[in-house]
Amino acid sequence: MDAQYIKPFIMSISNVFSTMMQLPINVQAPKVKDSASVSYDVSGIIGLSGDVVGSVVLSFPKETAERVVSLLTGSTTTSESPDFADAVGELVNMVSGGAKAMFTGKKVSISCPSVVIGPGHKVARQTDAPTIVIPCVTDCGELAIEVSIQHADGAQASKAA
Amino acid sequence: MKILLVDDSKTMRNIQKSVLTQLGYTQIEEACDGQDALSKVGAYRPDLMLVDWNMPNMDGLSFVKAFRQTNKTTPIIMVTTEAEKARVIEAIKAGVNNYVVKPFTPDLLSQRINETLAKAQAAQNAAA
Repeated sequence: MDAQYIKPFIMSISNVFSTMMQLPINVQAPKVKDSASVSYDVSGIIGLSGDVVGSVVLSFPKETAERVVSLLTGSTTTSESPDFADAVGELVNMVSGGAKAMFTGKKVSISCPSVVIGPGHKVARQTDAPTIVIPCVTDCGELAIEVSIQHADGAQASKAA
Repeated sequence: MKILLVDDSKTMRNIQKSVLTQLGYTQIEEACDGQDALSKVGAYRPDLMLVDWNMPNMDGLSFVKAFRQTNKTTPIIMVTTEAEKARVIEAIKAGVNNYVVKPFTPDLLSQRINETLAKAQAAQNAAA
């Protein structure tokens, strides 16, 4: 995956967490995700289409997600709360939207978010691009952004092969 | 002052509602997408709308274009993650009066609401 696509996600998640929740975020070194490894307990997922295709996953352990969402909503929110998934979806929406705005010269659309809740889940991806995991640490706990995207022409070439 | 919030995220509507309440606005109606908003504007007749862009069923831009066919004056603020300059221009051309990129601080949203309402009032006074 082109490294130019990783930095925008690092900048965007820092911006979203500091602006919406006044929560500093310590971004650690990105790494390639092992295809067999699972995500955390709660994952917000967004698809990208246009000049760049793929998916973005914002994944949290349940307790971290509950703390972060409580900060965002301003009230104690558990994973059982009816608005919990909505808030996780809005977080991945803001992170992905902010990042794609930094893809210079690319026309990219993002999907409406989906949210998966449950331990040990794997997110299946439709691109051949490797998944890059960006681990993050906050005062609410650890979390990760998983980015699996590629140029649209690269994806088409892979399908044709 | 009647305000319509159009966003598919209840979390985001609640955040905006909290800012509006702090500004003293309490007549607030909500819609979860463009279609829902179109079905409500006739009866509710809002004085201001805050509209998201990416929503299911009908997105915010389509809603603004449809609404502007019959209403040229009610101020609309687009509140969205769509931050590219081309998108902002597209929204302004469709009839959006002001633009807020998510994420936003309460202060920024307050500022945009106040300046949008002030401009709308000035235009109304000039027309009178």
